[in-house]
Amino acid sequence: MQIYLPIADLPVNIFLVLGMGLAVGFISGMFGIGGGFLMTPLLIFIGISPAVAVASVSSHIAASSFTGAINYWRKRALDVALAMMLLSAGIVGTFAGVWLFTFLRAVDQLDLMIGLSYVTLLTAVGAVMIYESVRAEMRARKGMPATLRRPGSHTWLHGLPFKLRFKRSKIYVSAIPVWAIGFIIGFVGAIMGIGGGFLLVPMLIYFLRVPTATVIGTSMVLTLVTMASATVMHAATNHLVDAVLALILMVGGVIGAQFGARTGQRMRGERLRLLLGLLVFAVGLRFAYELVVSPDDLYSLRHVGSE
Amino acid sequence: MRRFALTFLIVLLTGGLNPALAERLVVSLSNHRIAVTSSFVGENLVLFGTVEPEAGRPALRSPYDLVVTVTGPPETLRTRRKQRMLGIWINADSREFVRVPSYLAVLSNRPVADIAHPDILRRLQVGVDNFLLPQRIGPDIADTVNDDPFRAAFVRLEAQSGLYRQSGTAVTFLTPTVFRAAIPMPANVPTGNYAIDVKLFASGMMVARTNSALEVIKAGFEQYVADAARDNGLLYGLTTALMALFIGWFGSVVFRRD
Repeated sequence: MQIYLPIADLPVNIFLVLGMGLAVGFISGMFGIGGGFLMTPLLIFIGISPAVAVASVSSHIAASSFTGAINYWRKRALDVALAMMLLSAGIVGTFAGVWLFTFLRAVDQLDLMIGLSYVTLLTAVGAVMIYESVRAEMRARKGMPATLRRPGSHTWLHGLPFKLRFKRSKIYVSAIPVWAIGFIIGFVGAIMGIGGGFLLVPMLIYFLRVPTATVIGTSMVLTLVTMASATVMHAATNHLVDAVLALILMVGGVIGAQFGARTGQRMRGERLRLLLGLLVFAVGLRFAYELVVSPDDLYSLRHVGSE
Repeated sequence: MRRFALTFLIVLLTGGLNPALAERLVVSLSNHRIAVTSSFVGENLVLFGTVEPEAGRPALRSPYDLVVTVTGPPETLRTRRKQRMLGIWINADSREFVRVPSYLAVLSNRPVADIAHPDILRRLQVGVDNFLLPQRIGPDIADTVNDDPFRAAFVRLEAQSGLYRQSGTAVTFLTPTVFRAAIPMPANVPTGNYAIDVKLFASGMMVARTNSALEVIKAGFEQYVADAARDNGLLYGLTTALMALFIGWFGSVVFRRD
């Protein structure tokens, strides 16, 4: 069944888009990531212009992260204090990111920059996660405790001043790394047009030693707030949010996120991290492939304006 | 009077090549307005017309050739070319096509190259190859030769998306003087005003010319959403964000187990 999208200006198959929403929603609920780094390329692949895709995906991510966040909130797997701390820094990071975005666009190298940052970030983060979770898995096989929360596993990060206690996550860390992580997520998210969940989750786990149980719910709150405000910003400035497209994606995403969240909570943390690592790494390779392999068509068109 | 002016214009346009201009073109479009609704998947328009002799001139020449050129609202596009640099492919070079038609269809009863001499076709801009596609080259704006790689790539990419097309079979002569042209409007047609230019040829010369127009507009819900997004961006964004929250909440209520 075809439906014409009013802002994207083209007809799409409603079931195809719904299915994409379901699939990405499942993944986002399972891993606590927004899924923007999966959904945006998918939409561009079916012919939607990148600008409309990025803008509309933000509202889809807001919906599926909200439903996920509620789910985690009920299961008390959500650290509001930590999320608020991250958010306050994230907003500052977003402003810095938007500034760099404008600068790069002015010098006409934005596309390349986005491509390169996708490749570097995704492959690096993916590889580290795979390595770490495989090691944890092997430790578990040998009968050693697989958990990362060993006594004495404190790093220099834990020696920093301005310590804060986050009760729900059972951590006692300095505010400095929390702020730094929030800033980086906001910054990178603004440049790459993503929620940053796939970065945030491993950072919280590895740097702050936040337990896997609360990390996903917390990450979802951050994703929710950044993506909801991104929707409003995109709509107010560029008029590029396609509400019809967003609605179809949301419905699929919300249903998918419910099942994803359940599947995720049944899984062991190490296994979950390994899967997310593989996924992130694969998408990174896909972007690298695009940059390195000779394209089918050397030429491409971009709309500059219409009168 | 008006017809006289039109005839005069035609004489001017043909450069007075054919003073014995004796034909008149009468055309009618099946639909002057295409409404893009939520179920829009493209539409085919039909242009009907006849060739009539000017009053007092009984004889008509034959056979006739007809070229219909449909142009969509102008837009500016950038054609980019990738190049390998340090092992990766990046958009290294680009050309801007300034105010070119967003839709261009050249429909005729036989391939345009067979209809008239290349010089005439070029002067009258008949055929996609002869259509003026101005590029920004440095500070200047000019069209280039046909085999310019950027121009060729631009036309090829537009043809791939169905927006540029040339067909030597889309016009049918039902009788020697009555014709019918099928104008395909794919689902991705841009909205706006379209111009239809109809040129009649006989033995390699243009003998008559007329115009028509059509409009592609968004209608109903599509129009409502598009207008809201453009005119009340902030409100629209807030509504979309609230819709996201509502659907997210609704989903968690529906799927609640405990």
